[in-house]
Amino acid sequence: MQLPEAEQLIGALAESMRPHVSPATCLVGIHTGGVWLAERLHALLGLSQPLGSIDVSFYRDDYAAKGLHPQPQGSKIPFDVEGTHIVIVDDVLYTGRTTRAALNELFDYGRPSRVDLAVLIDRGGRELPIAASFCALTLPEPLPTGQNLQLERDDSGALTMRLIHA
Amino acid sequence: MRNPQLNKHGELQHLLTLDGLPRGIITQILDTAAPFTEVAEREVKKLPLLRGKSVFNLFFENSTRTRTTFEIAAKRLSADVINLNVSTSSTKKGETLLDTVDNLCAMQADMFVVRHESSGAPYLIAQHLENTGRDHIHVVNAGDGRHAHPTQGLLDMYTIRHYKKEFHNLTVAIVGDVLHSRVARSQIAALTTLGVPEVRVIGPKTLLPTEVEKMGVRVFHSMEEGLKGVDVVMMLRLQNERMNGALLPSPQEFFKVWGLTAEKLALAKPDAIVMHPGPMNRGVEIDSAVADGGQAVILPQVTFGIAVRMAVMSMLGSH
Repeated sequence: MQLPEAEQLIGALAESMRPHVSPATCLVGIHTGGVWLAERLHALLGLSQPLGSIDVSFYRDDYAAKGLHPQPQGSKIPFDVEGTHIVIVDDVLYTGRTTRAALNELFDYGRPSRVDLAVLIDRGGRELPIAASFCALTLPEPLPTGQNLQLERDDSGALTMRLIHA
Repeated sequence: MRNPQLNKHGELQHLLTLDGLPRGIITQILDTAAPFTEVAEREVKKLPLLRGKSVFNLFFENSTRTRTTFEIAAKRLSADVINLNVSTSSTKKGETLLDTVDNLCAMQADMFVVRHESSGAPYLIAQHLENTGRDHIHVVNAGDGRHAHPTQGLLDMYTIRHYKKEFHNLTVAIVGDVLHSRVARSQIAALTTLGVPEVRVIGPKTLLPTEVEKMGVRVFHSMEEGLKGVDVVMMLRLQNERMNGALLPSPQEFFKVWGLTAEKLALAKPDAIVMHPGPMNRGVEIDSAVADGGQAVILPQVTFGIAVRMAVMSMLGSH
C-alpha cells in the first residue's frame, strides 16, 4: 500500500477544521500520536487556548484482559471543560474504543458544550457507533486486522505515517 | 524459590513486603502513581479501573490514616470498599484468620488489604489463597507486626523522588525507634533496592535491632554525627504502645537526645526534607517548629500515599 504523506494530510485536516473552530476551541490530543498532531493543528489554526492531552490507559475497556500500560503518561486538561467546544485529536481512527475511552475521561472533568473528533486517517474496522467530524483520509478498503498504522516523529519534529505488520 | 509476591509472568500478584521486590516493580509502581496524583484535581475524582471489584479492608489492628487512605484509593478506582474492624468482631468469637478469609471470599472479595499485629499474617492469607487456587484474589499488606509496611515505604520513595528526583546521589537518615518499626524495615529495603548509596539509622542502642548493620545501613548513636550532610531525614514514631519493659527513660528525656529540633536539622543539607509516617508525637520525636516548618513534607506524604495505593491496587487488579 502506498502510504499517504502525513505532512500533506495535516495541512488538509487543518483547512477542513478552520471554518468550524473559534478562538475558544480547545484541542485535546490522545497519547502519543494524537498529541503530536494536536500540537501541529494548534499552530496551523492559530488557536490560543492551551493544549490538552489524554492518556486513555485508565479508561480502556480491555484493562481486565491486557492490564495496565507499564508507563502511563497521565492526562493534562489545562482549561475549564465546562461549556467548552473541544476537538479530540487522534492520528488513526480504528475500532472507536480509544475515542469512547477519551470521551468518558473528558466528561469526568466537566460538561463540554460540544465535542468533535479530528483524525488524520480513518482505517475502517469500527466496533462502536463513532465517526470523525474531521478526517483527512478515509482508506477505500479497511486495513486488515493485524496491521497497524501509526504516526511517528523524527528528531526534527517531522511526522510520518508508518505501517506495522504485527 | 519463586517470589510469593509475583505470579508466573513476573507481575505483582500480592504486595507483602519490599524486601526482595525487584527494582523494576518498585519503579513501575512509582511511575504508575504519578498520573494518579492528578485525579484529585478533577471534577469527578474517579477512574473506572476497579469498577465492579470488591476491596475488603481487613484491619485486625487499629489504624485511621492507613485505612482511610486505602479506602479513598480504592474508591477513586471505583471499587466497592468494605471495612472490617476485625479486632471487634468475629475473631473475638473465636473464628480463625483463614476462616474469616474464606467467608469473605464467599462474599466475592477481589482484594484484601490486611493489617495485623502478627508479622506474617498477610503471607498466611496469600499462601492460603494460592493453595486453594484462588489466584484472582490479591492481598496487600497494610502493616504486619514489626515486619513490613510496604505501601508506606513506597509512598516514602515516591516523596523522595518527587523532591530529590534521583536516588543514586542521596544520603538518607532514618531516626528513632527502628526496633519496633515495620516502616523502617520497608524504608531500608526500598532505599537500598533503589540504589541510595548511604542509608543511615540513628537511635539509641536499645531501640535499634541487633545486627541492623547487616541490612546495609550505617549506624549512628548520635544525632549530631548522623544528621551531618544528609539529604533526607526520615523520622519514626516512638511506638509507645509497642514498648514493653524499660527501653526508655521518659518521653522528655528522649526528646532531649533524639528529638528533631531546628538546631539539629541545621546539621543536614540546607535543602534537606523532613519526613514522618505519622501519627506524630510532637515534643517526643519531633519538635513542632520542625513539623510545621518549611522543610517538612509530612502532609504531601499523605497525599502521595493515596496515589501510590491506587497504583498498587490497579496493578494488582489488572490480572
